[in-house]
Amino acid sequence: MQIYLPIAEVSVNAFLLLGLGGIVGILSGMFGVGGGFLMTPLLFFIGIPPAVAVATEAVQIVASSFSGVLAHLRRKSVDLKMGTVLLVGGLIGAAIGVVLFNYLKSLGQVDLLVKLCYVVFLGIIGGLMFIESWRAIRRSKVPGSRPVRRKHGLVHALPLKMKFRVSGLYISVIPPLIIGLCVGILAAIMGVGGGFIMVPAMIYLLGMPTKVVIGTSLFQIIFVTAFTTMLHATTNFTVDIVLAVLLLIGGVIGAQIGTRIGVKMKAENLRILLAMMVLLVCGKLAFDLLVMPSELYSLGTGGDH
Amino acid sequence: MLRLIAALFLLVTPLSAEEIVLGLSRDEVAITANFNGSEVMIFGAIKRDAPAPVGGPLEVIITLAGPLEPVLVRRKERVLGIWVNTDAVEVDAAPSFYAVATSAPMRDVLTSVEDLRYGISIPRVIRSVGAPDTVRNSETFTQALIRIRAGSEHYQVLDSAVDIEEETLFRGQITLPAALTEGDYTAHIYITRDGVVVDDYETNIAVYKAGLERWLYEMSRNQPFFYGLMSLAIAISAGWLASAAFRIFQR
Repeated sequence: MQIYLPIAEVSVNAFLLLGLGGIVGILSGMFGVGGGFLMTPLLFFIGIPPAVAVATEAVQIVASSFSGVLAHLRRKSVDLKMGTVLLVGGLIGAAIGVVLFNYLKSLGQVDLLVKLCYVVFLGIIGGLMFIESWRAIRRSKVPGSRPVRRKHGLVHALPLKMKFRVSGLYISVIPPLIIGLCVGILAAIMGVGGGFIMVPAMIYLLGMPTKVVIGTSLFQIIFVTAFTTMLHATTNFTVDIVLAVLLLIGGVIGAQIGTRIGVKMKAENLRILLAMMVLLVCGKLAFDLLVMPSELYSLGTGGDH
Repeated sequence: MLRLIAALFLLVTPLSAEEIVLGLSRDEVAITANFNGSEVMIFGAIKRDAPAPVGGPLEVIITLAGPLEPVLVRRKERVLGIWVNTDAVEVDAAPSFYAVATSAPMRDVLTSVEDLRYGISIPRVIRSVGAPDTVRNSETFTQALIRIRAGSEHYQVLDSAVDIEEETLFRGQITLPAALTEGDYTAHIYITRDGVVVDDYETNIAVYKAGLERWLYEMSRNQPFFYGLMSLAIAISAGWLASAAFRIFQR
């Protein structure tokens, strides 16, 4: 069934969009990522104009994250206090990021920068996570080995300590604020919620338990992407609500299924799967940059450079 | 002798001799939610005050053009092993859609001089003032524009797609793709003999969004803030609904 999208001005198959939304929704619920880094390239591929794809994707992320967070809230696996601290940093970071993005746009080559950002960050994060979780899986197979104790490093020496009961942490608010800030900047430049950077940062830098991380990540993604949606809707007029509705119907259902799969899985397995997915997307983007494209020319809207 | 004079007379004033009378299967195309492309039938007759002149056979060219808009064409080049957009050329005006249907192969129907005069074939419709001197092979940018748009069926060359009956009645069909931009589309009909245009006729087809599509589009432009809020409200309620539905499901 073909549907004409009023803002994107293209006609697409409705079932294809429902399916895509569903798959990305499952991943979102399982791993606590918004799924923007997967969905946006997929939408480009089926012919949605890039500006519309990026803006509309934000609406779908709000929906599937909200659906996922509700499921996590019932399991009490959301650290609202930590989420709020990260969010404060994130919103400040997003504001800085938008300014930075417009500055880079005036220099030209912003597309390339975004792609390089993706390749570098996805590569580093995916690689590190993969190695760590692979070691964890091997360790768990050797009987009698003790889990590694948490290190008491710099994170614990800073002032302004706060108790995060759900995460079982007593740490300074400065590291989560800084992490939120950095992720916010990156998210604004790369046009995504930033879950795939936030999740590993919470696990490895803050030492939060994997189960809590997912719900908390989704919680803060809702606000960051809602902010992005409003920004796109009022400045670029590129939010396509028909496209968003089709994607989010699949997305919200997928998120519920994904959350249930995630709860049943072991934390290491969950992490290694996320790592593999991140590396796969990274590899695809790197491939596109390095291999000669079949069409060297591309069309854009004229009138502005 | 008399016959020769008559023939000469006809050659001197060919414009008044044959005239186009036109009909359209539709003069508007409404884009609704389930719009999946559309077909426009363009048909007509040739009115004559005198018997058909001697000379080459009568040929018909039908063009359908979407609104003109500027297009920025970018080219990728390999820099330090990575494929990067480097040069860009702005094409001043290119139609969002263009189809040209002819009754015989284009080269038999129209001379290049007449093409230049009337602007009928695809390369003649696209207006480009020229690229900056820094860009090499700037003509390849226009070629790329035509190639990419032809790939998505936005530019169509339909050779021998117009039927002519008895040198009087003609009809051609043009298929509009599903991904269509709205605006005033112009249908242009030319009749030619020996590659020279004898008469031409122009009419408009309005292509516009209708119903829900129209309403949403207008709202996103006129009330962007509420449009954004509405999108978020839909997102949040859908998220909540799915969560609630799954809870009932599990009990």
